[in-house]
Amino acid sequence: MASVNLKKVRKTFGRTEVVHGVDIDIEDGEFVVLVGPSGCGKSTLLRMIAGLEEITSGEIHIGDLLVNTVAPKQRDIAMVFQNYALYPHMTVFENMAFSMKLAGRGKREQRERVDEAARILGLEGYLDRYPRQLSGGQRQRVAMGRAIVRDPQVFLFDEPLSNLDAKLRVQMRTEIRELHQRLKTTSIYVTHDQIEAMTMADKIVVMNGGHVEQIGSPLELYDFPANLFVAGFIGSPAMNFLEGTLVTTSTGRGVRIAPDCVVSIESQQPDGHQVVLGVRPEHLVIKESHTDAGMANDTAGIEAEVIVTEPTGADTQVFCRVAGKELVAISRQRHLFSPGTRIRLEAQARHTCLFDSDTGQRL
Amino acid sequence: MNGRSLGGWLDNRNVLGMLFMLPGAAILVVFLTYPLGLGVWLGFTDAKVGRGGEWIGIENYQWLWDDSVFRLSIFNTFLYTVVASVIKFGLGLWLALLLNRHLPFKSFLRAIVLLPFIVPTVLSAIAFWWIYDAQFSVVSWTLVKLGLIDEYINFLGEPNLARASTIAANVWRGVPFVAICLLAGLQTISPTMYEAAAIDGATPWQQFRNVTLPMLSPIIAVVMTFSVLFTFTDFQLIWVLTRGGPINATHLMATLSFQRAIPGGALGEGAAIATAMIPFLLAAILFSYFGLQRRRWQQGGRDN
Repeated sequence: MASVNLKKVRKTFGRTEVVHGVDIDIEDGEFVVLVGPSGCGKSTLLRMIAGLEEITSGEIHIGDLLVNTVAPKQRDIAMVFQNYALYPHMTVFENMAFSMKLAGRGKREQRERVDEAARILGLEGYLDRYPRQLSGGQRQRVAMGRAIVRDPQVFLFDEPLSNLDAKLRVQMRTEIRELHQRLKTTSIYVTHDQIEAMTMADKIVVMNGGHVEQIGSPLELYDFPANLFVAGFIGSPAMNFLEGTLVTTSTGRGVRIAPDCVVSIESQQPDGHQVVLGVRPEHLVIKESHTDAGMANDTAGIEAEVIVTEPTGADTQVFCRVAGKELVAISRQRHLFSPGTRIRLEAQARHTCLFDSDTGQRL
Repeated sequence: MNGRSLGGWLDNRNVLGMLFMLPGAAILVVFLTYPLGLGVWLGFTDAKVGRGGEWIGIENYQWLWDDSVFRLSIFNTFLYTVVASVIKFGLGLWLALLLNRHLPFKSFLRAIVLLPFIVPTVLSAIAFWWIYDAQFSVVSWTLVKLGLIDEYINFLGEPNLARASTIAANVWRGVPFVAICLLAGLQTISPTMYEAAAIDGATPWQQFRNVTLPMLSPIIAVVMTFSVLFTFTDFQLIWVLTRGGPINATHLMATLSFQRAIPGGALGEGAAIATAMIPFLLAAILFSYFGLQRRRWQQGGRDN
């Protein structure tokens, strides 16, 4: 096991720079997820750590070793590929033993370590099969087995679950997590799926356009997103954003999102500041419909018109329109509003986030 | 009544199927089965050009059995096929590996490689004839000017030199086919295979040995079968270059068959020689059929 440190890592393909000076510190035994939309440079970064792409500038350390010019096989890493990259002409056993065979390990050691990995992954009965004869989930396990038998310093996962169906994905998510808890090997996991990131990571690195947007634990990112991008990327359904101006009213500070609508918040910023107010769907409390007169007097509430109600069973998602913008609120209650119903939403002030509308940074 | 029964017939799946197969079957019979059958039949007759033959049983074969030229042609055919195929495979694989890299002007180079395959055989054979000419050979001229040899090489005049020269010409013509087919095969191998192998610690040679070669083997089998069949039945190149000479050193079964049958007029005997090629070709096809049988790793599905 080892720590992994990236210092001002850059990558250019021809004249286009795709990774713009990234600093990430990964501690020994940590499970770190690199997450971001496609094209954000997360896979490139992983491939640079693996040694499959050259590092244009900056430094990558694995443990105490500066690996910039070290060949992949000497980095003591193992990688699980998106398409598994199993050798089709080798059996499961041969696939898993291939690295040991190349390293000239004895037949007995190969057998022992493959058997051990197969036991952990539940592949005992499949060692003589060819990859073609396995299901997607089994292939995925073989790919992980191939990584495990090498007992590497670092596991690298490149979107390993994206070829699986939704149910299997959830199951494998848990398995990978359990595997990490058992082996405690430093792991770097790339995905575009923020739910995978949230559920699996000790630490999430959110990337966008070749920059690191924020690094933190899943709940840190969820509760205290550093900027509009992270706020919008983490969480599903996504955070609601309302543009407005900071004002002070008789009831306290607020954001005026429409001429007749002010949302209460807590803020030290001066009045008149242009801001974006972010509220998670579950922090929008739905108040049952009142009389029009009653609603107009209540400045703490947001007047909204229901567009669609989506019950998921556990909770209900209510999509509604406020000042020309769409909002979504999640409620544990089983509301069934017909479209066009006017309701009142209350944003819980201590859970709201304020962002500068020019820079997108959190205030 | 009649029309209704015709319509009824056409509604029958089997009848309709037969009807659709008819054109294909007709073409096969007229252009493949009939000539083949005629050739085999002629081999059992004493037909001459301009005279229908009498059935003489296996007399032609008995006679050929003792014919040293015929035996020599079998030896030549095998030598030609084996040596040319091995060299074509080696060169073709090497070229394919080179072309599979990121080279400048990649598509241009790939087009160039195909050239020998596109040029009509007779045309390239004539070019080689000129290159191998005893007095005007450009190869000899160059070597003499470089001071490496003193006199011109008689490429097509000495038995073993002639064999080597015809094999070289055949290789030149056959390499593009092998190279392009193998290149197509190489391109089906996902780059992540090599990345996975590199992380597993494989050197470039080990990657070639453990990833490239096994994954290419199905295509190698197909390509080399075709290459062997083409080479075994080669005629044009030899006929233009040497006509089987000198002293029958380059006579292949195909050229000998033609020489005996058409210029020599002995249709029956020529047909017998051509027919004698069939067992060898069948053996090659059977060999590739069993060699080509899909390997276990290529089979889909599960085995339970």
